Amino acid sequence: MSAIGELSTMTRRKGPMSKEEKKANGRDNKAAYVFLLPWLVGLVAITVGPMLMSLYLSFTDYNLLQPPEWVGLDNFVRMFGDARLHNSLRVTFTYVLVGVPLQLGVALLIALVLDKGLRGLPFYRSIFYLPSLLGGSVAVAILWKQIFGTTGLVNQVLAMVGIEGPGWISDPNTALGSIILLHVWTFGSPMIIFLAGLRQIPVMYYEAAKVDGATTLQQFWRITLPMLSPIIFFNLVLQIIGSFQSFTQAFIVSGGNGGPSDSTMFFTLYLYQKGFGQFDMGYASAMAWFLLVIIGVFTAINFIASKYWVFYDD
Amino acid sequence: MTKLQTLPAASDSSSGKDGKSPRRRESPGSLAFSRSARIKGLVKHAILIIVGGVMIYPLLWMVVSSLRPNDLIFREPGLWLESLEMSNYTDGWSALTHPFGHYMINSAVVVLGSILGNLISCSMAAYAFARLQFSGKKIFFGIMLLTIMLPFHVVIVPQYILFSQIGWVNTFWPLIVPKLLATDAFFVFLMVQFIRGIPKDLDEAARIDGAGHPRIFLRVILPLMVPALATTTIFTFIWTWNDFFGALIYLTDPDMFTVPVALRAFVDSQSATSWGSLFAMSIVSLLPVFLVFLFGQRFLIKGIATTGIK
Repeated sequence: MSAIGELSTMTRRKGPMSKEEKKANGRDNKAAYVFLLPWLVGLVAITVGPMLMSLYLSFTDYNLLQPPEWVGLDNFVRMFGDARLHNSLRVTFTYVLVGVPLQLGVALLIALVLDKGLRGLPFYRSIFYLPSLLGGSVAVAILWKQIFGTTGLVNQVLAMVGIEGPGWISDPNTALGSIILLHVWTFGSPMIIFLAGLRQIPVMYYEAAKVDGATTLQQFWRITLPMLSPIIFFNLVLQIIGSFQSFTQAFIVSGGNGGPSDSTMFFTLYLYQKGFGQFDMGYASAMAWFLLVIIGVFTAINFIASKYWVFYDD
Repeated sequence: MTKLQTLPAASDSSSGKDGKSPRRRESPGSLAFSRSARIKGLVKHAILIIVGGVMIYPLLWMVVSSLRPNDLIFREPGLWLESLEMSNYTDGWSALTHPFGHYMINSAVVVLGSILGNLISCSMAAYAFARLQFSGKKIFFGIMLLTIMLPFHVVIVPQYILFSQIGWVNTFWPLIVPKLLATDAFFVFLMVQFIRGIPKDLDEAARIDGAGHPRIFLRVILPLMVPALATTTIFTFIWTWNDFFGALIYLTDPDMFTVPVALRAFVDSQSATSWGSLFAMSIVSLLPVFLVFLFGQRFLIKGIATTGIK
């Protein structure tokens, strides 16, 4: 079961502890905490501690040199009036809301074509998977910068058929699109999760449907899609959370400034500039918490909506 | 090691057998059926080859371009090479303050530390979650699952403050120590899943023989979870090797640069004429990941399929 599946069953099953669990309780406490020690220290020192600290800092003015100065809600009020921040939100939302469905759509489509014992499947799978391993690297971002440059590979190919392409990454209208395309290019890892999910669907369902005279399309809508819905949901949650935090590609392609004219200024990029460019740590902390809330809201909406379209076969 | 693969958690039994008997009954149309099936197969292959080709082409082109004279990179979209131009590699190797090998060694140190840290700390935590009963287990397990989804950016500012106060900026510690403390909860979860698939009888047998938990963990569980450890190693390698954000924040001294930040410095410093050497070093930086992919694919694909990690 996936991490998300596990979480949702944990919240669904709130019954009292079973007898066995109660009896066993406390038996291995000492050994358990020894084994958990590194993780517990990490949880306190690297995760929860800094989280609380950044919550505190978000109500302060802090530049690393002077001690933090309490300013109440100032940072959040500032965020309300910060036009660049609003723009960065728009850029990030566009990236997530266009990039994620597009990437998952391609992943599902290719997984469907690849399924059912196609010859050469391992070869194809490798080819499609490779980009998702390389896609997060600076090297591929550099490649993208060249490919979508004014005289880059894309425009060289377009020139062969007589089209004069725009300077994709130097034009504010197309720069974000080039980065979204890079995200779609990495559809390999969700595709592999889809493939694993498709394998789990019992063959007999399709056979029964065939006997009843269902068409391929009907089988897709009535069997494949419902049976795959938990996996689609899982991919959706993970990809949305991940995409909100996307940073490297926009940073490298835009040369670190989110340009041209802020068209690739992701929320995380702006956060980096505020925190580590201008050392406005209070404001950056407030932004980080805002990001957490946004991701939390999106995930919650996802979970609530899932009740209407995700089908659990249990 | 190959034998161990088949022992636990090998639950993906091929479900092809259980659906053969009632199938081939459409005898009158079976000839037409097989022909249309063959056409369908051809169409599928055509789609896959075209999509795959378009996806891989930029990578191949980058490799070829890194072996071309600079001016051709902006004129030649094809893949044919007239001569091998190695100068891009020699130029690129020494284009920055240090030879590129210096940054690769830095990266290797961070990668090794991270792998070791993840292997030790995550397997310990996973053993506790999968096999031991203790108070607060459910809550801790829930928290652990939640931290998988926690955005890195929420903790980065105070983490930076913390590490800069103990003087760890421009050292590798901020990149390695969190791994020693099992903050990559992905892997804890992956290993919990794996240990759950190992029969409990094995632990019981060891316990009857008088083994305590450290012994059961080291002698029974760890050897059986080699596949999960391999998956962790490979993913940690790739993610750490590619990690840009952490290195960008903590490593500002060129002496300490890892490969991604070195490449970034290269992009920023390069004039329009050195794309060839930039490509060459990009290829060099991707090579280790590619090799790991080539030899560790099996573990990668299994790892993603069972836990859905990136």
